[in-house]
Amino acid sequence: MSISTQIVDDMVANGINFVTTVPCKQLGGVIDEVEARPEIYHIPSNKEDEGMGLCAGAFMGGKRPCIIMQNTAIGVTINTLVTLTQFYRMPLPMLISYRGELLEPVACQVEMAVHTKALLAQLNIPTYHFHHQDDAKELDAILKYTFMCNKPVAILTDATFWGGY
Amino acid sequence: MIRSEILKEIAPILRPHLVVCNIGLPSQEMHMIDDQPTNFYMLGTMGLASSIGLGVALAQDKTVISIDGDGSVLTNLGTLPTIANNVADNFILMIIDNGSYGSTGDQPTYAGKKTNLTDVARACGCENVVEVQDKDTGAALEAAIASKKMTILVVKCDSGNVKVPVITKDPVVIRDRFMNAIAS
Ligand SMILES: [Mg+2]
Repeated sequence: MSISTQIVDDMVANGINFVTTVPCKQLGGVIDEVEARPEIYHIPSNKEDEGMGLCAGAFMGGKRPCIIMQNTAIGVTINTLVTLTQFYRMPLPMLISYRGELLEPVACQVEMAVHTKALLAQLNIPTYHFHHQDDAKELDAILKYTFMCNKPVAILTDATFWGGY
Repeated sequence: MIRSEILKEIAPILRPHLVVCNIGLPSQEMHMIDDQPTNFYMLGTMGLASSIGLGVALAQDKTVISIDGDGSVLTNLGTLPTIANNVADNFILMIIDNGSYGSTGDQPTYAGKKTNLTDVARACGCENVVEVQDKDTGAALEAAIASKKMTILVVKCDSGNVKVPVITKDPVVIRDRFMNAIAS
């Protein structure tokens, strides 16, 4: 079974049925898998803060949401994370492509990578880092934890995890 | 008419439905005019009233009305293509277009200048876009609800504000009672 299939299986097993995505090459397989699943309403968004608004609404309407995005989006969404997701205490698993780590070919991505964990820590967002494929075994527990504590939770997945570019 | 006069007039029409109120004065005015558990008040996060409302509408069957502003739609202009391409026939986006950023002191928006939000919504692919003058809002809103078709309602009105208290309700309380109202 591919790692993308395994990740989306864990989402479906945890009742996730509303997923918003912003395109990413590394997460392309996961996004295709999300689109293919009848259990999931897949709604691409134009910007990640818009996606978090959609997820907040869907959660209040009774769905279990998830956002799939790149780490650059942390820079875009800080206001939304603190004034909407955290202030109203809503759960939001964030499956994040951790660009700018080892094997990265594009220098500019490193500029955001060096701030990613510091920003997440500053925001008190529980953060998990998938570096080896085995690390994904924790996804099921991370998703349960997210919906238990009603917080945004970050899952960073780097290039080594995805097997390079 | 200014926004608060329109909201006062349409409050009885909004009452039985789920309402997502934009940050700042729209939320504060709705809270003062007709506080309901079916109202979700945004206390921050400018621009996302339409996204939150669409999310609620896609997740369940009750009618959802987002009360948005011209300035906030301009802040999150990407919302219109998303709405157009994810049709929820229980969703009405009502844009109170007074051509100004009301909550920050009525600075002019581009919607009050060359940019026509009705045309923008249509160009984004929204199928039922209705532009009305302030005094016709109630009738247009009732028609949109009855149509059971996703509708973008652009309400042209005057800029101006009344004095209203800030909302001191805890956000988790607002969210919890809104969710209970949806589930009931
Ligand atoms: Mg305005």
